[in-house]
Amino acid sequence: MTGATHAPGATVERRLLAGASDGRLETHLAEHGRMPALDAGQIIGMARDAGLTGRGGAGFPVWRKLSAVAAAGRPAVVIANAAEGEPASGKDKALLAYRPNLIFDGLQLAARATGARSAHLYAPQAALGAAGRVLDARRAAGLDAVPVTLQVAPDAFVAGEESAVVAAVSGRAAAPADKLIRVIESGVDGAPTLVQNVETLAHLAMIGRYGPRWFRAAGTPEEPGTFLATVGGAVTAPGVVEAGYGVRLGDLLAAAGGPSSRLQAVLVGGYHGGWAPADPALPVSRAALEPFGAAPGAGVVLALPEQACGLRETARIAGYLADQSAGQCGPCINGLPRIAATLADLAQHRARPGLPAEVQRLARLVSGRGACRHPDGTARLVLSGLRAFEADVAAHLVGRCLATR
Amino acid sequence: MKQKRLHIDWTACDGRGLCAELLPELLAEDDWGFPTPRDGAAEPAVPPALEPEARRAVDRCPALALRLVS
Repeated sequence: MTGATHAPGATVERRLLAGASDGRLETHLAEHGRMPALDAGQIIGMARDAGLTGRGGAGFPVWRKLSAVAAAGRPAVVIANAAEGEPASGKDKALLAYRPNLIFDGLQLAARATGARSAHLYAPQAALGAAGRVLDARRAAGLDAVPVTLQVAPDAFVAGEESAVVAAVSGRAAAPADKLIRVIESGVDGAPTLVQNVETLAHLAMIGRYGPRWFRAAGTPEEPGTFLATVGGAVTAPGVVEAGYGVRLGDLLAAAGGPSSRLQAVLVGGYHGGWAPADPALPVSRAALEPFGAAPGAGVVLALPEQACGLRETARIAGYLADQSAGQCGPCINGLPRIAATLADLAQHRARPGLPAEVQRLARLVSGRGACRHPDGTARLVLSGLRAFEADVAAHLVGRCLATR
Repeated sequence: MKQKRLHIDWTACDGRGLCAELLPELLAEDDWGFPTPRDGAAEPAVPPALEPEARRAVDRCPALALRLVS
């Protein structure tokens, strides 16, 4: 079903994760050397030629964000975002532990490209101690032209959303804000602000050293480069792996030890993602996942074993997401718990006529109606669950379950 | 001239329902009384003929949650 031509770079390949994992500056410099001197135009041009996109989930072209912040013409603020509120994701924590210097190199490039005078690392409390020691070593080596301060990211799903990051760095609660004024125009203290995921910055540091052509040798022409994936669920060795975009799902799962049982489906793109078939030949790319309402997103891949009920799992995640609402926007506060409860009724055989249609109506009702995309992401997950487990929806309506019979 | 759009600040809106009363052509209410753009857009387009009513809705919103944007 997925016989599309396979790009040569769409394979499991360690780039960010290559080499020793002690996180030390000497190791980093022995491996990659110092960053070559690049000016703002060169950095933005390299990010554009490489086709680098954000690795935090939205996949926005990095060079466009860099140019927009630079074009504001005022001293900017840059923030490396390692808030990884999603329970199924661990790649940013791993990167910060194993390759902190790539992240800080990339943060300095972003600062130079945008004319920033201050830089921040926004990360969970547990990661800040080690990150602070790395920054001390870099300061002693004279590596960071723009000083970096540390900011605690609370452990909440929406705390990593761009405007929530800006709020936290500004000393307010880490909740998403209205988007009438964008943070690239007015973010921290009114300064044009760039928020970029830590993996994105690490890729930028690699591009700064090895160039756009090297970067594009991995991935596909449409989606160049590698990405970090957190592979979990029914696999033998769950964890963080790296591969070029377009990698076959089977190869990605094999890099995490392979399936530990027969699989029913995979959740791709995390809790705001979608369910895709557990087809080993399915390319993990935007184009191949789009028909399933999924996308590579921030690289979460969760394997669902054959004997687990997909509707129950989707309802469980929907319940979690409803709990994670920041509690600011009416449609989210009211709609998400209703969606989760309605889906739970279907999953737990408290069936009543019109239940699936009601879930669909509510999912569409909340979409696009919030300060952030939390309602949209939740709706996407729920709608994809109803599609992927369509046969089980019918079974549940008559009091049966195909997976757990 | 480019058509204006109605921006809703969802962090401010508390679902009092005045806007849906003043602009029934553009806004309905959802299950909980929060405005729902009839055209399904995040920022519904405001036809020129409805601009005066839209302005009234902006001015009268008790939560100051509405803006007319171009």
